[in-house]
Amino acid sequence: MKRKLPLLLTFFIGILMIISEFIPHKPFGSISGEVENWFLIISGFAIILGQLSLFKVNWFKIRYKEQNWQYYIITLVSFIVMVALGIFWGTEKNPGLLGNGNQISAFIGSKPFDYLFDNIYQHLQATMFSLLAFFIASAAYRAFIARTFESTLLLVAAILVMLGNTSIGFLLTGWIPDSLNFLHLPKITEFIMKYPTTAGQRAIMIGAALGIIGSSIRIILGIERSYLGGD
Amino acid sequence: MVHFFNILGIWLGAYFTLAIFSFLYKDNPFYKVAEQIFVGLSAGYWFIYTIYSILIPNLFNPLKADFGANWIKLVPAVLGVMMLLRLLPKGNWISRYPIAFSIGTTSGLAFMKFVKSDVIKQLTATMINPFAAGNWIDVIGQILLVVGTITGVIYFYFSKKHEGAFGTTAKIGIYFLMVSFGAAFGYTAMARISLLIGRLQFLLGDWLGIIPH
Amino acid sequence: MAEKKKQLDRRWIFLTIFLGVALPLILKIGLPISVSENVRNVYELVENTPPDSKVILSFDYDPASKPELHPMARAVVKQCFQKNLKIIFTALWPMGVQMASDIVDQLKDEFPNLKYGENYVNLGYKAGGMVTIQAMGRNLRAIFPQDMNGTSIDELPIMNGVNNFETIAFVISFSAGDPGIKQWVQVAHDTYKLKTSGGVTGVSAPAILPYVNEQKQLTGLIAGLKGAAEYEKLIRTLGTATSGMDAQSLAHLIIIVFILTANINFWIAKKKEKKK
Repeated sequence: MKRKLPLLLTFFIGILMIISEFIPHKPFGSISGEVENWFLIISGFAIILGQLSLFKVNWFKIRYKEQNWQYYIITLVSFIVMVALGIFWGTEKNPGLLGNGNQISAFIGSKPFDYLFDNIYQHLQATMFSLLAFFIASAAYRAFIARTFESTLLLVAAILVMLGNTSIGFLLTGWIPDSLNFLHLPKITEFIMKYPTTAGQRAIMIGAALGIIGSSIRIILGIERSYLGGD
Repeated sequence: MVHFFNILGIWLGAYFTLAIFSFLYKDNPFYKVAEQIFVGLSAGYWFIYTIYSILIPNLFNPLKADFGANWIKLVPAVLGVMMLLRLLPKGNWISRYPIAFSIGTTSGLAFMKFVKSDVIKQLTATMINPFAAGNWIDVIGQILLVVGTITGVIYFYFSKKHEGAFGTTAKIGIYFLMVSFGAAFGYTAMARISLLIGRLQFLLGDWLGIIPH
Repeated sequence: MAEKKKQLDRRWIFLTIFLGVALPLILKIGLPISVSENVRNVYELVENTPPDSKVILSFDYDPASKPELHPMARAVVKQCFQKNLKIIFTALWPMGVQMASDIVDQLKDEFPNLKYGENYVNLGYKAGGMVTIQAMGRNLRAIFPQDMNGTSIDELPIMNGVNNFETIAFVISFSAGDPGIKQWVQVAHDTYKLKTSGGVTGVSAPAILPYVNEQKQLTGLIAGLKGAAEYEKLIRTLGTATSGMDAQSLAHLIIIVFILTANINFWIAKKKEKKK
């Protein structure tokens, strides 16, 4: 029973969404419209659940003194500070419990929540992802070897696209006369992207879509149940 | 004082940027601390923005302003609270209802959207007359587009063994996939380098003032 | 151990890339940029939209993709303001809200007469991706009862008559992944027939390209920093994307040299092995 009712709920909601695509009029259109509004609110709770769950996991790591547990104190403190600042003085123009924080904003230039976002969080996130520039260069050196015909195709396409997407590519073949314009590197890149790459990506898109359609049907019909968890 | 906090902000940004970059030399406590602050602030940001952007305007305010007209919103509110009960050791089964609701909505909608946008529209966009293109370059390109899409899709059909004419077709499909992976690598390299450029524009511009902002 | 010694310490690669990016930023070479068809199509979509039309710009990214998407977003927003289009900012990513605010702050001095609530509005973030866009198409006011500041949208003149996508000229999504431009295509264009366009990170560009087709699921596409630099060239405003292109070019060249060196080493080693 603990699983059957949720499976029935999935079935009815899934079928309702499909029917309302074909019959967008009352009652299907208005019911599915309401369901979509509810979905937004439930998604909000799901995000809150995610953050509280992160808190819980880190709390247990500290409590049971797992390896490097001291660092997780920093995670929790940062989380609490950000949440507290947001709750007390709000964000941008949203007031918090202690008002709009005009005094503190006049003192530091912006609300404390926004100050942390602008001056710490933005930089941390941007830098974290920029590390990948170094690793992709290193990976290109170590792994990009033309061992077979397929890998040669991959390598040649990568080099042409990289050259064509730079000003150097533009300069290298800039002297080519207009009648042979198609040999101009940016044009070659455009050609590769517009035709063979789009063809390959479209094949992947169709394949992935068929997979998603298949799993949607399995979920709606109750064949796929793993999302409900154990017991 | 605002000026002081502006300068402090830039220095804080520079410190945390360098702390993350220090990982390139080797893992170290400065990096680890910065990493954990990142995780904590990120979670805090999501938490606060979800409350201010979703729960307050779409749930609490309508209920407060006109309960009679909006009482139906109590249903998603209850489902949402049931979702939160997942945090309790014995609340797992209760959270199945909101999960079932969300999965049902997404599956139903995704089913229809993917059929239309990613299958039918893509197939329609492939069913073109390549020879109608204006010049011979585009004619070649469009032939490649049609052949590449069909052979690529055939490659993904694993229910039949890839041998004979079918195997050759699938092999041609692989060639197109390889070109597209190569192009994707080229674009990924471009993207990653752009992120580094952004960071160095901050360090060399806003922080050190070597390049004009 | 001997094998390990032979390999280049990857920190040398890191240092080369670092210098390859830093030096052109300092020295500024000013290499030329060519404009591609896809970027021109986005530009023309904005350019040919009648003044006072209402448009949606969706900020579906966060600071991780800011260097790529922020310059193109700024260029598009600037062009919209120049063309007197009324902008409705939305975000499918929570940090997109701050990204949009940042761009408006940067452009305020250039357009001092712009009024919040009349020329533009920031409706803020909503979760739910595809489902939420579908709901916006049915009843936008139910999804966005207030703007990001908590003001009821009934009090904002720009939102007069905006009940769904019918009065919107186009949507442009600046997208770093999921949810983002894919969902806008699937719902806004393919279901509600709203003209859709956008800018994406280099990583996601190839996967989004199939939507740029005869069916016009997407009207043009701005891809990565190069696309942003092209857009800056079209609106004749040189920004951070243009100034970053020299560094981009040199870094690409360095990566290509790495790939070629590794392949030459591989072929030499292979030949030696054959001789043995």
